[in-house]
Amino acid sequence: MSNKVVQAMYNDDDILMDAVKEVRAANYHIEEVYTPFPVHGLDKAMGLKGTRIAITAFMYGCVGLVFSVWMMNYMMIEQWPQDIGGKPSFTFIQNMPAFVPIMFEMTVFFAAHLMVITFYMRSRLWPFKEAENPDPRTTDDMFVMEVIVDGNEDELIAFLEKTGTVEIKVTEKH
Amino acid sequence: MYTFSSKLKTLSLALMIIGLLGVGYGFLSAPASVDEVKVLLQESHNAHGEVAAAADHGTAESGDAAQSEDAHAEHVYHLLKNKPWSALYVALFFFFMISLGTLAFYAIQHVSQAGWSVVLFRVMEGITAYLPVGGVMLFVFFVLSATQNHLFTWMDPEVVANDVLIQNKAGYLNVPFFLGRAAIYILGWVLYRNYARKLTLAQDASTDLSNYRKLFKSSAAFLVFFLVTESMMSWDWIMSLDPHWFSTLFGWYVFSSLIVSAITTIALVSIYLKGKGYLEFVNNSHLHDLAKFMFGFSIFWAYLWFSQFMLIWYANIPEEVTYFVTRFNDYKVPFLGMVVLNFVFPLLILMNSDFKRVPWFIVTAGIIVLIGHYIDIFVMIMPATVGDQWFFGISEISSVLLVLGIFIYVVFNAMTKAPLLAKGSPFIKESEHFHY
Repeated sequence: MSNKVVQAMYNDDDILMDAVKEVRAANYHIEEVYTPFPVHGLDKAMGLKGTRIAITAFMYGCVGLVFSVWMMNYMMIEQWPQDIGGKPSFTFIQNMPAFVPIMFEMTVFFAAHLMVITFYMRSRLWPFKEAENPDPRTTDDMFVMEVIVDGNEDELIAFLEKTGTVEIKVTEKH
Repeated sequence: MYTFSSKLKTLSLALMIIGLLGVGYGFLSAPASVDEVKVLLQESHNAHGEVAAAADHGTAESGDAAQSEDAHAEHVYHLLKNKPWSALYVALFFFFMISLGTLAFYAIQHVSQAGWSVVLFRVMEGITAYLPVGGVMLFVFFVLSATQNHLFTWMDPEVVANDVLIQNKAGYLNVPFFLGRAAIYILGWVLYRNYARKLTLAQDASTDLSNYRKLFKSSAAFLVFFLVTESMMSWDWIMSLDPHWFSTLFGWYVFSSLIVSAITTIALVSIYLKGKGYLEFVNNSHLHDLAKFMFGFSIFWAYLWFSQFMLIWYANIPEEVTYFVTRFNDYKVPFLGMVVLNFVFPLLILMNSDFKRVPWFIVTAGIIVLIGHYIDIFVMIMPATVGDQWFFGISEISSVLLVLGIFIYVVFNAMTKAPLLAKGSPFIKESEHFHY
């Protein structure tokens, strides 16, 4: 199977959105869309599955909460109880109100950092990774839609030309 | 145009009648004299069994103890006398605060020039229609408080004569000034409410935006007025029940309760009207936004609840901690239970984005949030007025029913007065097409 794709460029996000809808309605397969900024509603128009990152965020938050409970219990109750302001440090529950800010911060910390790391891993992004976008102009003012060619190159190009594109390129996808 | 269905009207009238009977019963069944309380106390001692009685007799030998028992009976008598009044006060304040919070939310929408919420303006205006009615009832209640009951102990000259702390505050806490302030708050809020209502109705008919500009300016001015008066209202109407105690974030704490109850009520009324087929322009994105506010302000409430508690707990200054000591000793279940209802429950049930679009989820969460915030007000007011003599009895329930009946009647009656779509607002198209 060939990895040939057609790259259609657009210079406006509204035109791009309409084009995405038309291409999908005509049953062509959109491989990827590169945009200089997040386009609202593009994921829905492309028919991408909803993100599950919210679920992971909840789970990471729970992990952070549990970790902070364990950590504060170990530090302040078991290992080295300290008398701060005359507050009882004999049991966790008695001293719990003082730990709530830490429990909250740890929940947020775990959720935020692990969510970002998860996002990078799922997007296959890491330091020094070479950029995947096909044209440097997609970081500035151009939008590129990649459509897979399935033995219908001429027909596809003719179709895409009617969708308001400003430039069309046929290329091999690695 | 909305028509007030006869079913709902009957329901509200029935609630009022049942409530009124219950409230009347509550006042009549309050003990009439200290002797009656002594009998009551003796009966409850007997009911508690031999052990308690034996312990009591052990200490009741000396004359001192008998005297202190008399003092105790008199104290309980005053608390029980306060109970029907307090129950009525909690209910009056609760529904008034829903209306007031809605007015604040409504003004915020105008000042921020929000587009999404325009389709809900008439619902909000309906809810704020309760403001003048509730305001008058509260004011009458305060006037009666000065003479008929002992909710506000600083209103009693005998108490003040023996209390240096209250004497020092007498410049602020005195009956004429208190009533004057209450009148200013209520008048100011009602004035803005009626002015804004007049302007949005005029905007529907007009061709230019002059009404809209006036609305924007008056809303901004109202928010400044509201920010100051809401804070002072919370000191006057609630914090002064414990005249020795103070908390610097009390105004915010009351505000958080007020705004979350208000948004919940807007959501519930909108869902009800939509279910009846009146708000076809309200889509699930609007409900989603309301549910987001419910979720967010529930967390905001928990944040303030905890901030107030932790700072006082940590500092451990006797005159401040008494507030929480009473609540932990006598009100443990409602005091900690409301944290579950107002924070844990909405947090878990409204966290998922999809659930926020499902009406029955919002209704379930909303009812629980409203119950939780009723308990919140209950725990703010009751410990100071009825102490350890509280229970959810006929007085409490029927007070809620009575005021709920009036609230439903006034709100839905006001809804029939104008079309449910504020079609003159410049943002109406944005709101109708609001989609997320």
